[in-house]
Amino acid sequence: MTGFWLIVRRDVVMAWRQGGDGFMAIMFFLITVTLFPLSVGPESTILARIGAAVVWVAALLATLLSLERMFQSDFEDGSLDLMAITPLSLEAVVLAKCLANWLLTGAPLLLAAPVLAMMLHMDREGLAIFVTAMALGTPSLVFTGAIGAALTVGARRGGVLLTLLVLPLYIPVLIFGVGAVEAAVMGQPAQPHLLVLGGLLLGTLPLGLWASTAALRQALE
Amino acid sequence: MNDTKSPSRNAPKAPEAAGADRPQDNGGGLFTGRGLVCVRGGRTVFEGLDFTLKSGDALVLLGPNGSGKSSLLRIMAGLLKPGGGDLLWYGYAVTDDPESHHARQHYVGHLDGLKAAMTVSENLSFWTGLRMGEAPPPGLIRNALDTFGLDHLADFPARMLSAGQKRRLSLARVLASPADLWLLDEPAVALDRESVATLEQAIARHRRRGGMVVVATHSEIALSRAWPLYLDRFAPSSGLAELREDAATALGDGGHKSARASRQEAQP
Repeated sequence: MTGFWLIVRRDVVMAWRQGGDGFMAIMFFLITVTLFPLSVGPESTILARIGAAVVWVAALLATLLSLERMFQSDFEDGSLDLMAITPLSLEAVVLAKCLANWLLTGAPLLLAAPVLAMMLHMDREGLAIFVTAMALGTPSLVFTGAIGAALTVGARRGGVLLTLLVLPLYIPVLIFGVGAVEAAVMGQPAQPHLLVLGGLLLGTLPLGLWASTAALRQALE
Repeated sequence: MNDTKSPSRNAPKAPEAAGADRPQDNGGGLFTGRGLVCVRGGRTVFEGLDFTLKSGDALVLLGPNGSGKSSLLRIMAGLLKPGGGDLLWYGYAVTDDPESHHARQHYVGHLDGLKAAMTVSENLSFWTGLRMGEAPPPGLIRNALDTFGLDHLADFPARMLSAGQKRRLSLARVLASPADLWLLDEPAVALDRESVATLEQAIARHRRRGGMVVVATHSEIALSRAWPLYLDRFAPSSGLAELREDAATALGDGGHKSARASRQEAQP
């Protein structure tokens, strides 16, 4: 097992043992989405209209919740120092931590999303597109968020700052994620939206890694 | 160039000048620093710092709080960029290939990098595996734990450990995988007498095999033939530095600033 997978496994195992960190995001996601049918009322027309948007916004906020812990605890206990001076490059370390973060937040959201979509009366062809859009969009959210997490590492009350830094950067993913589902529901081709989401993922992957690694190096100085 | 015994305000052990001839810039060193400068928060902590380490050498960093001992270790580890100067390994700048430099060193800082939710052996095998690029064999981990008397705690979560036990686990990490260079920042803090002796033996064994060690310490760690490096002598505007400069000029040394390493005899 390479160093990369050791880090992924460590982060996942620790989140599993500590409970809170790992499940907080998914619980938050489920509860937030459930609030909408309760507050708006069970009318299927309204819920179908806003369903995609509600699930996307909830996914965005749930991802945000988990970001604060992404580098913070490793920074505080000196793990990040040691990871920065292993034979593994810091970029690989950051990629491993992003992957672990996605496995703990993005992947469970992906599993829960179809159930929630049905609860919100999203129709069937919308559902397949919706899951695809989530699969493409959530990794982008993690890579973009990693920049904010790395920039605010070591900052006091970094959580609020992190939110302010990262949320505006999430807007493109939100627009095209919701756009894909709406297009599918309206009977229009969703492919352009999905392609843009894929493009965003290809852009945020290198950019997020590069920027967050640079920010972490700065924080370790 | 003859080494002179410079005055020091805070030497824990009186440095002896006997047999202390130590050419600083002969290029024969494995690991050398030339003209290192450290700037923290806009303040120059030290400047013009030179050191040379050869196979089997030990360098002890001495100086008051804030004189840059930890910063120098972080510079040596590659965690901190020096404000100036070069760090060379066999004459090549370590910044040319940072990953190789990381692979040949062990760094033990103030923080232990231990995860409370993981067991003692999981913590150790994670860090060792990360260095080796694969999951380490369990025997290796057991041996390292055994050396520092942690074998009976192997399956306990790290949160149960006392400060001294955490420190021992950090030091066990150094033993678990081989590295040429050990960088130890206050390794004896919180250690009991027996563990300090174990550490001393481990360092001696490491040096016999040709390894190098740099230790920053306030407490007593007995190291035979260690080179002390007084960091306060490289503080930019200290009267001491100027005095030394004047003396050096008067002696025709050209004001060459170098680590006035003097031989420190083994203390029982």
